[in-house]
Order: sequence, then structure tokens, then C-alpha cells
Amino acid sequence: MTNTLHRFGAPETLQDDYIVFAIAARGINDADAPAKLREFLRLALKHHPINFGNALKGGLYRASESLTPFAHWRRKDAVDPEEVVKSIDTCSVVAAVFDQPADLEAFLVDLRKADLGISINISSLTDEARACCQRAGITRHSVSFSLGFHGDLNLLPDRHVLELSTMCGHGMVSHNLAKKMTDLVREGRRTPRQAAICMARFCTCGVFNPSRAVRILEEARVGR
Amino acid sequence: MEIDQHKCVACSNCVPICPMGAIYIDPARNRATVNLDECVECFTCHRGMSKEHLNPTLVRTIRGFLKLLRVRFEPEPDVCPTDALAPQDITWPRIVRRAFSDPLVPHESTGVHGRGTEEVKTNDVTGRVSQGEAGFTIEFGRPGVGVWFRDIEKMTRALATLPIAFEKKNPVFSLMSDPATGTIREDILNEKVLSAILELKTPLEHVPQILQVVEEVAPTLETIVSIGVSTRCDAQGGNLLESLLKSEGYVVYRGKTNLGLGRRSATATT
Repeated sequence: MTNTLHRFGAPETLQDDYIVFAIAARGINDADAPAKLREFLRLALKHHPINFGNALKGGLYRASESLTPFAHWRRKDAVDPEEVVKSIDTCSVVAAVFDQPADLEAFLVDLRKADLGISINISSLTDEARACCQRAGITRHSVSFSLGFHGDLNLLPDRHVLELSTMCGHGMVSHNLAKKMTDLVREGRRTPRQAAICMARFCTCGVFNPSRAVRILEEARVGR
Repeated sequence: MEIDQHKCVACSNCVPICPMGAIYIDPARNRATVNLDECVECFTCHRGMSKEHLNPTLVRTIRGFLKLLRVRFEPEPDVCPTDALAPQDITWPRIVRRAFSDPLVPHESTGVHGRGTEEVKTNDVTGRVSQGEAGFTIEFGRPGVGVWFRDIEKMTRALATLPIAFEKKNPVFSLMSDPATGTIREDILNEKVLSAILELKTPLEHVPQILQVVEEVAPTLETIVSIGVSTRCDAQGGNLLESLLKSEGYVVYRGKTNLGLGRRSATATT
């Protein structure tokens, strides 16, 4: 989940962005991992995640192999959450995204009690994560800091586009798609929610944060 | 990736989807076309776009009629109406592109999907990085810029001269022909990928030296370099790395926190 490490934005724009993910280490604790990963997601579902996914099979929002033109008027936003849970049939990385620290904290309490025995990480503002851990009775083991982007920064797009596209660190949400969605919102041809869900469908891990995307698109619409 | 020229209706929906900007409408044929030199085989277009299976002739006729009337046709932006995206068979060395760019393809060297690295995510059970050490993830091509292996090699060669240890369970390391000098095998140097991560470890006191070299080399590359640094926390959850980074002038506020809830299973083989 290095794909969540370098989400672009100032600290005040990241306060509704918490990704919790579970991963088993190869050859160390991956033998019975699928059942534990399914349990991880079932626990997460109790605490109002705004997105979640199985990195190998897709997230809550995903593309369809067989749309018809009628789908343009009655397209489903998300798949059944249980479909995502049941899709975990091999060792994978699963993640859940929260936009409220209280939900994160309650989930951490449940995780501690469940004692799954696989590695759990939070990708977020590090001070917020540490505080949530402490309130949940957990002392962090290790920490990894993002030092941001270096080199020829002229290669990067503008702030709003970068805030949107970096929410899939695998690069599946292209800068051009984020720009197109921003323009569609500004022109009144899509709502921020519609644009956010469209981008979320490209993030195969389910770590794209639709709530944050809606907020960014609202700001971009009025040129803030 | 290729686009079936018989099926494509030049709706251009796939054009902005491509992270590398490698898809364009060829004005001579009026069909979407892939610049294979820039395509990194990430499969974003093929996997990410929803598919309809409409008759191409019918769709072209309707689009042509609407165009004559100057009527704006506004389809869903993430749909290929005729399922025209066609994966091609790829062989070595081009297959490296897909291994590094498509997050659903596992790396042979590590068995891990995505960029193929576990880094600090499993540090609670692997002990890769200890207290007093720093683990670096130096990522090339991110966000959405892409990188040629010839550029990655410039950095690996520079870093190989420093007091570091490259992580061996890492896809970039597995492609080095001479890790002692940071040389990458020659036959992939002209392959482009969406992103690749180099991992290394060093004692904390060498962190400023590593960062200085990365900062010096990064502007000479035709890509972006993203830096991540990790460490093992003490019994109270504190660490020396954060203050060290701040003293070097870095603004540090976002990252990953390993909760330490993992444990080795009784059947562990490594």
C-alpha cells in the first residue's frame, strides 16, 4: 500500500482521509490469511467505511463488463459489499477508507479485540493516526513518512488535479481523467458525487476517497 | 494494448483514461490509436472502463447524424461503447512494463502484487527495519508520469556508492545485473513503466546523506521521484527519524503507521 503513502494535499485537506489496510507477510503469516482478511473487512463494514476493496479483485466501485445504453440512466454506483468480502479467496491486501476519526477509532478497538494476527496499517496524517491508536489502546510499531515529490515538478498538473489523481497511488486515476471530471463539474454537466464515483471505479484497491473527492471538486468548481 | 480498428467508433472516451496519455484519435483513420512506445501496459483502459457491446456501424451512424445536427453527444465518460480495447500478447522485455504497471499482476521476484513490495507494512513480523535504522522507498514515475529504466539506473548507480543495503526482496533489485554498482540489466533500460520502487536500508545517521544524493539526482531524470522513509518505533511509539527529517528541512505530516498487531504463524517458512 505504498499506493496510499503520497496522497497530495496540505494537512488541513487530509483530515477526512484515513485508510486502514491489512496485509499478510509471505511465508510468515499468509497461510490462513484469506479468512482473516474477510474478517477484517466485515469488522470494517460496521463502522461506515466510505470505500473498501480487495486489491486483487476490486473495490466497492468498479467497472462493468456488460453495460447497456439504458445503464446511462439507472447505473448502480456500487456493488454489494458482501461481494467484495466474498471475493477474498487468496492472500491479498484489503483496505477500508474512513472519513471520520471516530469511525476509525471504533474500528481500531474492534481490530485489537479480534486479534487477527496479520499486519494492520493506517495511512493518514501521522499525528492523527498515533492519537487514534493511543485512544484505542494501541502503541504503534513502525512509521513511514512521505517526503513528497522531487525532481522536475513541471511534469505535474495543478493542485486540484493532483489531489484527485494521487488518491490512487497506482496511477489508475489519470491526471487527464481528473482534469476532465473537474471540468465536467465546473460546466455543470456532472455533480461532484457523479464525478467522484466515476474516478473511484478506476481504483482497483478501493482506496480512493469519494468524500474527499467531492469536497475537492466542490472547491475546484468555484475556483477556490 | 491495442484498439480494434473495426470496433472503435472514435468516441474518445478512452483518451483521457490513459495515465500515460498514450491514446489519441488518429485524424487520418478517425479511430483511437495507442502510441506503443509510451503505453506501459497498465491495463487501466481495458480494466477500468465499463463495456457496452453495441454494433460499431450503428454507433458510427448515430454519432455521424448527431454531429451533422451539431448536437452534443454526452455519454458516460468511462464507457467503451463497442468493447474495442484489445490486449495484445506481450513478450520479454515488454512484459516488464505490465509487471510494474498493472497492480493486478504479481511480481515473480516477490510474489507481491502492485509494485511488489511489503516494506514497513509488515515490519511487525519481518523486522526489516529496526530502531536506529531507516528504510527508504524511492519511487520513480509516480504520480502518473511514468519512468524509463535508464533513468532508474542513474539513481541506483548513485546510491550504490553510499553506505546502504538494497532490499533484496524487491522487483527493481531483481533486475539489477550488478547490485554492487547499481547496474540494471541492459535489455530493459529502454522499457517504460508507470512506476517502480527501490527499497534500501541505512543507519539513521546516514539519512541526510542519502536524501542529499536523491535530491541531486532527481532533477536530472525525466520523471518524478517520491520519497518515503520509515523506522521502527520505541516502546512508547516515539521515534528519532521524525525530528531528524524536520532538522533537515522536510515537512513531515503524512505517512503510514504500522500498528504492530501482526505475529508470526506457527507454520511460518521464512
